[in-house]
Amino acid sequence: MDFMTVLQVLDSTVRLATPLLLACLAGLFSERAGIFDIGLEGKMLIAAFFSAAVAYASGSVWLGLLAGIGSSMLLAGLHGLASITFRGNQLISGVAINFLAAGMTVLIAQDWFAEGGRTPSLIGAARFEPITLPLAESLRSVPVLGPVYAELISGHTILVYLALLCVPATWWVLFRTRFGLRLRAVGENPAAVDTAGISVVGMRFAAVMICGVLCGIAGAYLATALQAGFVKDMTAGRGYIALAALIFAKWRPWYALSATLLFGLLQAVALRYQNIELGGLIIPVQLMDALPYILTVIILAGFVGRAIPPRAGGQPYVKER
Amino acid sequence: MDRMPAWADAVLVPLISIILAASISALVILFIGEDPVAAVKLMVTGALGSTYGWGYTLYYATNFLFTGLAFAVASHAGLFNIGSEGQAMIGGLGVALVCLAIPWPHWALALPAAIVGAAAFGALWALIPAWLQAKRGSHIVITTIMFNFIAAAVLNYMLVNILRPAGSMDPATAKFPEGAHLPTLHDLLAPFGIAFSKSAPANISLVVAVAACLLVWLLIWRTRLGFEIRALGHSQSASRYAGIPPVKIVVIAMLISGALSGCMAINNVMGEAERLILNATEGAGFIGIAVALMGRNHPLGVFLAAILFGFLYQGGAELALWTTIPRELIIVIQALVILFTGALDNMVRMPLERIFMATRKRRRT
Repeated sequence: MDFMTVLQVLDSTVRLATPLLLACLAGLFSERAGIFDIGLEGKMLIAAFFSAAVAYASGSVWLGLLAGIGSSMLLAGLHGLASITFRGNQLISGVAINFLAAGMTVLIAQDWFAEGGRTPSLIGAARFEPITLPLAESLRSVPVLGPVYAELISGHTILVYLALLCVPATWWVLFRTRFGLRLRAVGENPAAVDTAGISVVGMRFAAVMICGVLCGIAGAYLATALQAGFVKDMTAGRGYIALAALIFAKWRPWYALSATLLFGLLQAVALRYQNIELGGLIIPVQLMDALPYILTVIILAGFVGRAIPPRAGGQPYVKER
Repeated sequence: MDRMPAWADAVLVPLISIILAASISALVILFIGEDPVAAVKLMVTGALGSTYGWGYTLYYATNFLFTGLAFAVASHAGLFNIGSEGQAMIGGLGVALVCLAIPWPHWALALPAAIVGAAAFGALWALIPAWLQAKRGSHIVITTIMFNFIAAAVLNYMLVNILRPAGSMDPATAKFPEGAHLPTLHDLLAPFGIAFSKSAPANISLVVAVAACLLVWLLIWRTRLGFEIRALGHSQSASRYAGIPPVKIVVIAMLISGALSGCMAINNVMGEAERLILNATEGAGFIGIAVALMGRNHPLGVFLAAILFGFLYQGGAELALWTTIPRELIIVIQALVILFTGALDNMVRMPLERIFMATRKRRRT
């Protein structure tokens, strides 16, 4: 493997990790506030469809992004209604949202475009184009650092940089603001927050809505930046990988970045190589596909550093009568 | 004090939920420019209008019976087994290994062996999440989701690298031997003079599934183990004080649940495809969740809900064939059923409770 191949693999790692990172941070907000969310997948999927559909119709990718975020927030609101307002089972609600998105996207895509559940290909301003950072081309001839800058750091779409910025932003919001303190408290001990005169319902809805926004960006990235248009079931389990990454990261923003980069790397390697030979031992591609899930189970089992979820996670809050 | 009479809890609440789900589905059909009444008519004639339609409806229902029961048993123990899909996939592997192991002389020998294979493999796949939940407190929802993906990878590897016959490009096993062919409803009903469609895939697995319903009912409500499972599901701390070992019950409940999911494979792998293919489960594991929620985790309810979903699946296939409505409409309906009977249960329940409380108060005064 030469240097350029390594760079290319790392480059696609960043591309593939971006939706995982956004979805993972989305889940982080929701679960830190005590709302389990296995509906990340569905929210990404519906955002992918509506961003592609609106971007195609309007020719503007930014309108597409807004539509994607809006649709994802709608489903987030539904999740909030079911799990906060009506104190229903958060897991069941998430499952329902995933199916709702899987069915509705194909149904509407078929009705609008009649292309077998996909949108037409996006071209021009209907897609996010890669951004060349300043001096990328002129610095390319610098040994080692030049290609790293030109290939790996430069040349991504704006959403990739936005996703990376979301990591410190999430850290700052959660650990350095009053809002973040309250949000985390609601996920650990909602009764205490309630006693302090802060609305548990309001805080949880805020968290779920932020989750919707981030999932919306993740979905829009899939359909308008990573690929050019929506295809049926295009999230392909990314919402669940993000969930796995969230546990892997132990519900912390910076760890989320490294976890999603790791899972992105696994995807990039599996995409590039079919079977890997390591010292006479052949690693089948299926093992690479399954590795994020296997790693998550090992982490969950607590053999390598225990992952402890927010204490009030999954429990609806009932005010004392 | 019960806020509602038992009949309202068992019948009225699910009924209202289903009516809500159905009306929103009708709105969705209207939205995509089709006629909901015509769609329902087409579904009824397609799924129930002929023995061919019934054959498919019952075939799908058999799958959903197994996965629905699997989810219900785990639910009684307070466990959310979202891993039926993976357990059914691995159950398929068990069935394939059993069926291909020896040239079976007759299905009456092959079927029990296949049931054992399917149940053992399905249970095995549920064992690790169960043990991790019981011993290490790893959340079973996440582990079973992860195991669904791992199962898909294992199946893919086995089919592509090991079980694929030499010279075949298709990632599938060889065809099962003639002696492992299960009798279809056509074969079973012919001696009684009942003509049933020859080409429909419903088979003797339906009988096995109905027997499983009875066994699950006996287990949950008529045995000591069933009582312990329900006690654990109601209150972990109370059952521990009563001397019920939580680790043991969690593992046993999940083994039973996994075995039931695995048994789905005798229907779709052995009964229908007669070889193991990729993605043989087609999401039936997840439909089990909807079926169990709708059936209130009771075998009779699961049976009725499985038939309803079998009807929806066959009817949906007919819709996709004759109209521009894609098959995905069924996924939407499934989502709405899960949403209203599961997550938004309180939305229906709370106003109803208020009505019942009000009428009771009035009677008292």
